[in-house]
Amino acid sequence: MELLRFTTAGSVDDGKSTLIGRLLYDSKSIFQDQYEALELSSLRRGESGVNLALLTDGLRAEREQGITIDVAYRYFSTPRRKFIVADTPGHIQYVRNMVTGASTANVALILVDARQGIVEQTRRHAIIASLLRIPHLVLCVNKMDLAGYSEAVFQDIRQEFESFAAKLDIHDLYFIPVSALHGDNIVDRSENTPWYQGPTLLYYLENVHIASDHNLIDARFPVQTVLRPNTDQYHDYRGYAGRVAGGVFKPGDEVMLLPSGFTTRIERIDTFDGPVQEAFPPMSVTILLEGDHDLGRGDMIVRPNNQPSVTQDLEVTLCWFDARKPLQTGGKYILRHTTREVKTMVKEIRYKLDVNTLHRNLEDRNIAMNDIGRVSLRTTQPLFVDEYRQNRITGSLILIDEQTNNTVAAGMIL
Amino acid sequence: MTYNLDYLKELESESIFVLRELAAQFERPCLLFSGGKDSILVAWLAQKAFFPARIPFPLVHIDTGHNFPETIQYRDWLVEKLGARLLVGSVQQWIDEGRLQDETGYQASRNLLQTPVLLDILERNGFDCAIGGARRDEEKARAKERFFSHRDEFGQWDPKNQRPELWNLFNGRKGPGEHFRVFPISNWTELDVWQYLAAEQVPLPSLYFTHRRAVIERDGMLLADSPFLPKKAGESPREMQVRCRTIGDLTCTGLWPSNAGTVDDIIAEIATSRLTERGGRADDKRSDTAMEDRKREGYF
Repeated sequence: MELLRFTTAGSVDDGKSTLIGRLLYDSKSIFQDQYEALELSSLRRGESGVNLALLTDGLRAEREQGITIDVAYRYFSTPRRKFIVADTPGHIQYVRNMVTGASTANVALILVDARQGIVEQTRRHAIIASLLRIPHLVLCVNKMDLAGYSEAVFQDIRQEFESFAAKLDIHDLYFIPVSALHGDNIVDRSENTPWYQGPTLLYYLENVHIASDHNLIDARFPVQTVLRPNTDQYHDYRGYAGRVAGGVFKPGDEVMLLPSGFTTRIERIDTFDGPVQEAFPPMSVTILLEGDHDLGRGDMIVRPNNQPSVTQDLEVTLCWFDARKPLQTGGKYILRHTTREVKTMVKEIRYKLDVNTLHRNLEDRNIAMNDIGRVSLRTTQPLFVDEYRQNRITGSLILIDEQTNNTVAAGMIL
Repeated sequence: MTYNLDYLKELESESIFVLRELAAQFERPCLLFSGGKDSILVAWLAQKAFFPARIPFPLVHIDTGHNFPETIQYRDWLVEKLGARLLVGSVQQWIDEGRLQDETGYQASRNLLQTPVLLDILERNGFDCAIGGARRDEEKARAKERFFSHRDEFGQWDPKNQRPELWNLFNGRKGPGEHFRVFPISNWTELDVWQYLAAEQVPLPSLYFTHRRAVIERDGMLLADSPFLPKKAGESPREMQVRCRTIGDLTCTGLWPSNAGTVDDIIAEIATSRLTERGGRADDKRSDTAMEDRKREGYF
């Protein structure tokens, strides 16, 4: 059985929480005590029916304000797949959360209210999904019940979004008319939309092809830690532990070690359950090499005929998360890329990206909380990088503030 | 050849990645061991993550003094099997020394008393990272928990000041006195845990399987009869065939009528269950936000 991670986004009151509640409820992932607690809360708040949105309203602060303020993770499964949902809030100020939820997702669900159509936030969410290169995007046109289940309404929204999405890098785009409140086209096909011939939302999630979402071409193995048991039984054991970030590794493969550039062969690939004949993403394994080598955390094992860029100069699309201060030209930060940590300096802020229009703003280069910009960085040590479009793991980085130790930015390497 | 990992293997791989990452990023991690299946799973995964080396951190158990005896037996057996080091913080000792006072009344539990003992053991040993077996599917307040969860110098959790976690990049940097809680099995559900433990044939405490026990029925829950459980007037124990779905203290762990004698029986039972596992925890029933409140105070 496969694991599918998806993220949900929508503006306030698009019914996102209700949609997730509906998926959980209709896939029978809600237990009796949760449902009873839900009935009770709904009653206490004076609502007529059971409010499925309350299922995903986590923290007290949120319940008081009636909004979602952070990424929450939900789980459900069907006989076909297991799902992890990153439920991200729709507020303008929380681009940070959308980016976080999107970073690991296979699929993005974007909700629009059928009565409102495409709004500024819809465009922003789509732009972020495409920047983060979520492989599949589904536009759920919600509240179809309040739009008379009208095909014309659905088709208008679809056409408008398609012409907008043509400017974005979205490979797999899908449209589904739904009513989260009533369950139309969520799990079961709706009788109210006979004009819609496509799959229900759950059917789509269960069947969308995700096997090729990992990079299986470019072999990349960032070393996390070196295992040296120093016991009698494993006296000379020296294993390089890590998680395959790309490509397929096999015993006997000729490999190159970075940064040294030495070449050698893979002697064995170990796991607790015994050696394996192949290691591919996202497997955690331990690689043993022929010969003795100086290799440690932050180094990388690759193939000699397929190397990443080894560079101290990076061009990145940067999302800024720090509310305290904006990104500084000349500012110094700690940069974390795969398992490597270096210092970096911001050489230049090239432009600010308008996340509603994709316009490159060369005049206003002030990158503050929730802004996205194109930036060039210089690092103290070389990094082994790929373009983010080639590999989400070796193409991504975060910046950390040296004073506060907070994660202040996420970057995608161009 | 298709390169697909089964989802349990993918979860395993993710957890191993997190365990290796914390071992590399922190100087003195420790694993909080409760005796429940989730912390057993984390210990099992830690064995896998560092094989053939030993687990590079000790297990820490906060012993409330109200444990099921089976829990302690199992703990000692597991520690020996893993070749790990064990540290025990004793709530009873703190009470005996007058540093803590037992709650009184019928709802009395030593749950809250664990927190100061835990924070003390972390501080005295200089642990900068405590690994826990919490899962995000357990409870609402945990759905937003990070893998690497930052705690200030008072051990407190600030839900509004948690670091974003993107891709597989974890930021464990911290100031003096601050520490982290790390939750390697965040993305597992109760069913995932059981299915994995079954597939791996991990030996488990006998409490999880059906056994006869004297129980007291209170507020729709079955509690184990023991000298630690104050009884209300009219309450009298009766023998039933039960098992634990979670393992906590004797005084607040709800027992379930069950005939499940194997892990496969348990999986079948959960798959058809109408109640969440925490539905049987008296400590969570105190208020709608009980877990959130305890987390802010530094609870596991």
